Formats: sequence, C-alpha cells, structure tokens
Amino acid sequence: MNNINWRIISNHIILLIGVVFMSLPVWVAFSTSTHSAETILREGLQFWPGTDFLKTYKEVMFEEAGVMKSVLGITMLKNSMILGIGFAVGKVIISMLAAYAIVYFRFRLATPLFWIIFLTLLLPLEVRIIPSYEIVAGLGLLDTNFGLIVPLIASATGTFYFRQFFKSVPEELLEAARLDGATPWRFFIDILIPLSKTMIAAILIIMFVVGWNQYLWPLIMTTKEENYTLVIGIKQIYQILSEGGELPQYQKAFALTIMATLPPVLVVLFFQNWFVKGLVESEK
Amino acid sequence: MSTVKLNSIKKTYPNGAIAVRGVDMVIENSEFIVFVGPSGCGKSTMLRMIAGLETITDGEIEIDSKVINNISPADRDVAMVFQNYALYPHMTVRGNMAYGLKNRGIPKAEIDKKVIDAAKMLRIEDYLDRQPNQLSGGQRQRVAMGRAIVREPKVFLFDEPLSNLDAKLRVQMRIEIKRLQRRMGVTSIYVTHDQTEAMTLADRLAVINDGRIEQMGAPIELYNNPATLFVASFIGAPQINLIPVQFKNNKLISGDIELSGFKDLPENTELVLGIRPDVITPNKNGQLEIKVDLVEQHGADNLIYGALSGAAKADIDDTEICFKTAQGTLPDIDSVLKLHFDQKTAMIFNKESGERLI
Repeated sequence: MNNINWRIISNHIILLIGVVFMSLPVWVAFSTSTHSAETILREGLQFWPGTDFLKTYKEVMFEEAGVMKSVLGITMLKNSMILGIGFAVGKVIISMLAAYAIVYFRFRLATPLFWIIFLTLLLPLEVRIIPSYEIVAGLGLLDTNFGLIVPLIASATGTFYFRQFFKSVPEELLEAARLDGATPWRFFIDILIPLSKTMIAAILIIMFVVGWNQYLWPLIMTTKEENYTLVIGIKQIYQILSEGGELPQYQKAFALTIMATLPPVLVVLFFQNWFVKGLVESEK
Repeated sequence: MSTVKLNSIKKTYPNGAIAVRGVDMVIENSEFIVFVGPSGCGKSTMLRMIAGLETITDGEIEIDSKVINNISPADRDVAMVFQNYALYPHMTVRGNMAYGLKNRGIPKAEIDKKVIDAAKMLRIEDYLDRQPNQLSGGQRQRVAMGRAIVREPKVFLFDEPLSNLDAKLRVQMRIEIKRLQRRMGVTSIYVTHDQTEAMTLADRLAVINDGRIEQMGAPIELYNNPATLFVASFIGAPQINLIPVQFKNNKLISGDIELSGFKDLPENTELVLGIRPDVITPNKNGQLEIKVDLVEQHGADNLIYGALSGAAKADIDDTEICFKTAQGTLPDIDSVLKLHFDQKTAMIFNKESGERLI
C-alpha cells in the first residue's frame, strides 16, 4: 500500500514539474500583460497580475492605433479565425475526397498517385512559396481570403489519415450499400462521412491549430494592415511599438500573444474528447 | 418469385487464381438452394457473382431468363445477408432497413409500413430506434435479414449468415430462416461450410469443391447416395467411416480384414470402403473389430470411437471407426468390440479419383 502511494506521489510530482515548466512562461506573459509599460521597463517581467488588465486588453483589441498603426486587435482575431477555420475545413474536404477516390475507385495508378500525394509532405510551403505567390498574385488574389486559404488546403497528412481510416471500414458496408442501391456519392455522404465523424473532428482540430499558426504565407500574401492575422501582428507589434521614441509597450505585445494563444487552447479544450476519440477509436 | 440460371460461369482473379471452374445450375422458383463446401472452394465467390459484387469472367447468369452479367448489383433485385451483418453502424435499425428503399425513391409512408411489417415478422419492432451496437448478435442478424426482406427482392442471398452466432442461437436462427423462406416463398441461395446447416435448410444442396459442383440434389439423396468420396465425407455428422481397402479374389481386403460378398470391382486399385456410423451395430459375429478409446455421450445416443484392429498396414492402423449406440449402451474404454454392418449400405470409392463404384 505504502509503495503504491509513493509511486503515485512521485508520478504526480513529475507531472506537476512538467505542467509548471510548460505553463509558467504563459503565466508570466499573462501577468506581465496586466502591468503598465513603466512598471515593466523598471522592474522587468512580472510574476503576479497587475491592475491594468482591462485597460491594456481594451486598447489592444478595440482601439484604433492601440496596437498597430490602424488595424484593431479584434480584426486580426477575425482574420485569424477565417484563416484557421477555412484552412481546416478546406483541408478536411479536399483530403476526404482525395482519400475516397484513392481507396474506393479502382483506377489506374491509384497507388502511385497516393504516393505522389504523400511525397508532397517533403515539399513544404516554403519550398514552393515563390511559384505559389506568383500564381496567386497573377490571379489578382492577393489580400483576399480565397487567395490566403486555397493554396494551403491540399493536405498529404489529411489524405493519409483518411485513407488509413477508409481502408479500415469493412468492405461489406460498401457491398451492402451497393446492393441497397446507393450511388458512390450517396455512399460517401450517407455512410462514410457519418462513420468518419470523430476522425473529421480530430483532423479539424489539428488543422485549425496549424492554420492558426501559419506565418510566412499570410505575411507575404497580405499587403494591407487590415488583412493581418494575429500571428503576423505579434511579429509586427515589436517594430511598431518601439518606433517613435516612446516607451516600448511590452504589455500590449504580451496581451496580443495571449490573445493569439487563447483560441487554439479553447478549441482543444472543448473538443478534446472528440479529438482523443478520433485518434484512438472508431465506431464500426 | 424467380428462377436463377447459371450457364457455365467461371471466375478467374486477376492474379490468376481460379475460383470457379464452370458451374451450371438451374434454380427453380421459391427453391432454397444451399452451397456447401470447405473454405476456399469458391462457394462465396459464386454467391457474390450472382449478387454482382464480383465480375463474371466467363459464362452467363440469368434471373428470370434475363442475363444480368452487366447489370449493377442494385438493379439485379437481389438482397444479401452478410456474415458480419454489415449493418450501417451510425443508423438506427429503422434507418438500416429503410436505406435501400429510400435510395429507390419509394414514398416515405410506404417505407414506414414495409419496415414495420418486416420488423414484426422478425420480432424486432421494439428495437427499431436502437443502433446496431446496442443489439445482441442474434438481433443484429435479424436486422440484417430485415434489411433484405423489406426490399422484397427476387432472390435472397445468404453468405454464411450464422457463423458469428453462438451454437444455440445458430440453431434457433436456422429454424427461423427456414420458416421465413417458406412463408415468403422467395428463391434463396445460402452459402455455408456447416454441413448440418446445409442439410437442414436446403431443398437442394450443391456440394462444391475446388470451383466445381461435386454433386447437387436433395440433402437426403446426397447423404444416402453420394456420387463421390468428397461428398460422402463432407455430408453427414458424425463423418462417414472410411477404410482403405483392396479387391482381390472377390474379397475386400484391408490388412487382416477380409470381407466377402462384393463383386465386379477393379483389382490392384486403391479403394475406400465407406460406412455410415448409424448402420454399424455391435454384434458378436460382426465383420469388424475395434478397440474402444473414446465414448461421447450426447444424451439420447452415444458416439463410440475406436481404432480398427486386425489391420497390418500402417495407414489402416490409424483408421478410426465411429458408431452410434442408444442411451445406456456404454462399452468400457479399451474394451474390444465386434461390429456388424449391413454390406448393402456400404459404399466403395476409387481412392484416386474419388468416384463411387458401389
């Protein structure tokens, strides 16, 4: 009995150390963001929350020139949301359709095509960023949501996950559906999508976070400040805040960082049950 | 209400494996046909070819005198019950049963009525709003059958539907399937590897071996008059006793055992003598002798197993004889028993070709 207790205690100590290690920087960032610029400049990073929480966050999110030259924090939040959601939804749709074709339609070169898709994992955005930019710019899609999202939504990882999942769906279901007169499209909509629910949720969450954190592509895609995403904002804020010989507004930078971290955290918190389900089990 | 005709159908898989080597068959209206055979004999492939889930390499399949080779599974008007039920896991029982009708554009009110009728027939009307994972194996099997019934197809296809059930339920469902088929009068084809299921369900039985029909006929006909060694050994539980013999000087000889009273058999050929367990009785003047090594009590009767004695050759020494006795007749283990069998019921096969000689 004693042995077991010691073990549990030591396990928990290790876990707690891990938690502190991971979350302390976030906490310090949050605390610091609630102090005034003067305090931060004088005393450095703050461990305990200060009194300027409302003031700082209001300025950052809602006041013009509060954080950037003109764009509001809330606008950047909206842009990030559009990017994150569009990115995730687009990826799920595209990769589901691709996987459906690869798994269920016997066409020539299906397997080589899959491996070609898979190989694109080796070619991240950064490698093709100039041609991609050329095309999007040529189509006049700079500074549009469409141009921001569409070049990113082809997903080898998503295709791979869905392919593996579809392969594990029993063959008999397809056969039963065929005998039941379901067209390929109906089978996809009526049977495959409902079966993939948890899988879709898991991929949506992962992809939302990835999309949210996109930096390079939005940076070169957006020329106007009102199209900035939060992640770009964080980068820009340091330049802007230290311009003009005023006091550097570190508390605003921290506040913006906290705001940028919050949505992915909330998404994962709310959907973690689905997320875990999608990764470990599937109802079949 | 349909006839099904197979005209020398063949199936070769792209990798060159031959599953079906030319099968001809005519299935009459309302008939219950069972395909039985060991695993890998091609019986499921044949069923799936009729369903349209496998392409037909050669030959033709007709339903109601219409060639269906190139008609899609949905338009063949056949319904299939799968071994693992293949229920749509995310739909309720009602949804599962209605899905095929919905895809055919049948009005909702009519679908509801059909589903309820079928559910009543199968006694699953209380579960209509449950999902498959809340049902037991037997209930799932019923839903799978319900899904086939509501469609009112021309032909029912059953692909080993009872293999996933426990023994008791299997017997129950077997009886139910038979009753249902009688009542609905739908032409049915049933695939199984279980000879008891095959015997009890079939109007006619097709024993399939290596992509060919070994023999087709009424179950009792196949039991009494198997055309080949394969059919004889496949049909009947407990299995037929097989003794390797040779024919010399008008006698069947197996080691020290000599049986007279046989004639017109080829000499110098390896033969097999087949005796059904139920025609063997203990008798002091019997032709065979065994040393009892196992007694199975089945309640109403017992099965006695023992090694055939008096055989000199090695392959005969291992020959096991099984026979039935009534309840209460229990020989001791290791006792030596004389057994009698009526030589008129004995079957003799050519060992090489499997062909029946007597």
